[in-house]
Amino acid sequence: MTVYVKGIVFENVDFDLPRCWSIDQYIQRGGYAALKKIVAEKIAPEAVIEEVKASGLRGRGGAGFPTGLKWTFLPKGYVGQKYLVCNTDEGEPGTFKDRDILAYNPHAVIEGMILAAWATGATVGYNYIHGEIFELYQQFEAAIEEARAAGFLGDNILGSSFSFQLHAHHGYGAYICGEESALLESIEGKKGQPRYKPPFPAVVGLYGKPTIINNTETFASIPWILRNSGQEFQALGKPNSGGTKLFSVSGHVNRPGNYEIPLGTPFAELLDMAGGMRGGKKLKAVIPGGSSAPVLPADIAMNLTMDFDAIAKAGSMLGSGAVIVMDETVCMVKALERLSYFYFEESCGQCTPCREGTGWLYRIVHRIEHGEGRPEDLELLASIGDNIAGRTICALGDAAVLPVRGMLKHFRDEFEYHIANKRCLVG
Amino acid sequence: MPQLLSNEARALIDREVAKYPAEHKRSAVMGALRIAQTEHRWLSEELVAEVADYLQMAPVAVYEVASFYNMYDLKPVGRYKLTVCTNLPCALSGGVTAAEYLKQKLGIGFGETTADGKFTLVEGECMGACGSAPVMLVNNHKMCASMTPDEIDKKLGELE
Repeated sequence: MTVYVKGIVFENVDFDLPRCWSIDQYIQRGGYAALKKIVAEKIAPEAVIEEVKASGLRGRGGAGFPTGLKWTFLPKGYVGQKYLVCNTDEGEPGTFKDRDILAYNPHAVIEGMILAAWATGATVGYNYIHGEIFELYQQFEAAIEEARAAGFLGDNILGSSFSFQLHAHHGYGAYICGEESALLESIEGKKGQPRYKPPFPAVVGLYGKPTIINNTETFASIPWILRNSGQEFQALGKPNSGGTKLFSVSGHVNRPGNYEIPLGTPFAELLDMAGGMRGGKKLKAVIPGGSSAPVLPADIAMNLTMDFDAIAKAGSMLGSGAVIVMDETVCMVKALERLSYFYFEESCGQCTPCREGTGWLYRIVHRIEHGEGRPEDLELLASIGDNIAGRTICALGDAAVLPVRGMLKHFRDEFEYHIANKRCLVG
Repeated sequence: MPQLLSNEARALIDREVAKYPAEHKRSAVMGALRIAQTEHRWLSEELVAEVADYLQMAPVAVYEVASFYNMYDLKPVGRYKLTVCTNLPCALSGGVTAAEYLKQKLGIGFGETTADGKFTLVEGECMGACGSAPVMLVNNHKMCASMTPDEIDKKLGELE
């Protein structure tokens, strides 16, 4: 279910219309107006970047890096091939917003990429789409063809000298490819193993060329910002958290789904929008930003506003905007066991601390869950975490450690009870 | 050696190749393996070698890709491969229940195929559709949402 409350990605989208994704519908909603204006008025690329900077738009994929600033990292005065890449490899457990963007409004992504190409001078782009949503990969290819036929993509866009080619590339089951440098390796036809940084992709990216990579929701926000203004976008959210955001709400709520709301909306309101707790049960905990984000107990969550700074202050992160809601029946040891298994399964195996450490984390949480925990296990988990975090090429190691730390910080008693009594506190 | 990839499959691979710079043909390997697997259900060593030959890559480089990404099958699978997500967000909304129901109904565990070769059951990781849990993929490409036991029965009935 997708619910538009207030925002920009799904503004005026009629989700019930069978072909609401098509170009005709998108144009009726004001789509491609920003592109037409910029091409007709030959607006300077620098001015486009300034507008995006003014919007306060921060990357919607998880890291929250300011988009406009990222675009300025391309080497100045570089002459030669530059690439633009959209990251739709959405596989962070709890996150399902980009899937809905491709389902209901793919042309916003396409127009956003074309505008970014204009601003950055990239002439070729790829949208890397999660293999598990293959039907939407096919639909995106159809949308690309629509845009090409309408003269918005390809050579000499709208009769100008501006050209941009866009292609879809699919993943095929590897969480790690959501990491931008692993994604580039994957497009190059290799195993998706992250690269050392620096150099960052803006300098050495796809095929060794300067490359800008942004998330799907980030690109989908660009047309609105340029159609209206950066300032208007900023005003929708909070300082340092400009605009609106899609939150994917899953777990124990009555109406799981995507909710597009202003950044800074209280969590309690979001929970209400999602129909409240399923079966009238009591809220126990919330993972506010995808499975890698540290869990927060109910009392902290209920006083939280959904924006970058507030969630960071509470000791977690906004991440991809995936809100996993858990009621009083959830055993935190069991919940962590499943998450730890995921990181163990998805570690690419390149760095020893992550390859081996994620297995250790999983096996220890597994034995605690199965009544074989030892009194020293909690210290051991903390120690293994310290030996993974910050010691790997990419952030997957940290992503595996953060949920463990969050659980031990807020629900340590449940782990201790499991170890001492060989059974669960919640039944 | 007989040609395993049909001319249709080769034409589809050509379409993938055209997306990338001519000197980076290997970028098409993920698409090519997907096309090959869709046609042959799983990727035998011979099929991997033929994809490698077609893309002018070393067979080991293609095998490396095929073995890295979870959705490629390097062993035979049933006519219908069913992948169920059991990750936390799905588990909170019946993902594990759906998987257990399938195990019991088909009489197989994860990674196994029914004796008649019809179904293979696989435990999947996040498919990016947690709001529609329980989620099941049929043959990698068809996503089925809200798979309660009743819906599973209905779906299995449709699969010949």
